[in-house]
Amino acid sequence: MLTEMAIFIFLALVVVASALAMLLSRNAIYAALFLAMNFVTVALLYLILGAPFIALVQVTVYAGSIMVLFLFVIMMLGAERLPGSEPLRGQRTLAILLGCILLAEMGLMFALRSGLLQIQMPPLAFSEPADLGELLFTRYQLLFLVTSVILLAATVGAILLTRGDKVSLRDLLQRKE
Amino acid sequence: MGIPVSYYLILSAIMFVIGILGVLLRRNALVTFMSLEMMFNAANLIFVTFAAYYRVLTGQIFVFFVMTVAAAEVAVGLALMVAIFRTKHSIDLDQMSSLKG
Repeated sequence: MLTEMAIFIFLALVVVASALAMLLSRNAIYAALFLAMNFVTVALLYLILGAPFIALVQVTVYAGSIMVLFLFVIMMLGAERLPGSEPLRGQRTLAILLGCILLAEMGLMFALRSGLLQIQMPPLAFSEPADLGELLFTRYQLLFLVTSVILLAATVGAILLTRGDKVSLRDLLQRKE
Repeated sequence: MGIPVSYYLILSAIMFVIGILGVLLRRNALVTFMSLEMMFNAANLIFVTFAAYYRVLTGQIFVFFVMTVAAAEVAVGLALMVAIFRTKHSIDLDQMSSLKG
C-alpha cells in the first residue's frame, strides 16, 4: 500500500512536471519531447490501473506515431530552430540525475521481481487484451468500423491538404483516363 | 486498487487545466495542438480509472476509440498547419486573422 502510493505520487509528479515543462518551454521541439515523456508516464499509470493493452497502445500511438508526426512537422516547418552549437545548460547534471533515477527504477524492479516488496497487483483476468479484442469485435463492432472510416478520411484529408498547389484533383482524374 | 480514485481525478484535473492553459496562453499552433493532446490524455486517464474502479471494460474500449480519433485529428490538423504555413509563412495563431470581420 505504502510503496504503491509512493510510486503513484512519483509518477504523478513526473506527469505534472513534464506537462508544466511542455507549457513553459519556448522551443517547440522541447515541448514535443516533454509531451512524449508525459505520455509514457501516463502509460505507466494505465499499467498500474490494470489496463496493459491501453498502456501499450498509448506508447505506440501517442508516444510513437503522434510524436513522430509532431517532430516531423516541426522540423519541416523549421519555425523554431534549435540553437546550433550552444549546449543545454546543466545538461550533464540533469543526465546524471536521470541516470540515477533509472538505476533506482531498475533496482526497484529487481526488488519487486525477487519478492522483497509486495505490490497489490490487479487480478490478471480483468482487461486482458483478448477480452478487450473480443468486446471490440462483437459489441462495439459498428464503432470499430466507423473508426476505420475516420482513419481513411483522415488519411485522404491529410494527403489532399498537403499536396502541392500545382496538381489539382481534376488533373489527377484526367491523367487516369 | 490501493490508490483512491480521487487522487487520479485530481491528477487528471491538473493535466486538463495545464492543457487549457497551453491552449489559452501559447501562440504557437503546434504547442496548442500538443496541449489538446494532453487534454485528451486527461480524459483518457479518467476513463481508465473508472474502468478499473467499476471493473467494466467499456471505459478502456472508449479510450481506444478516443486514441484513434485523436490520431486522425492530429494527422488532419498537422496537414492544416503545413497548408497554413505555405500561405502565411508562420504558424503564429495571432496572425491567422483573415476571417475576422
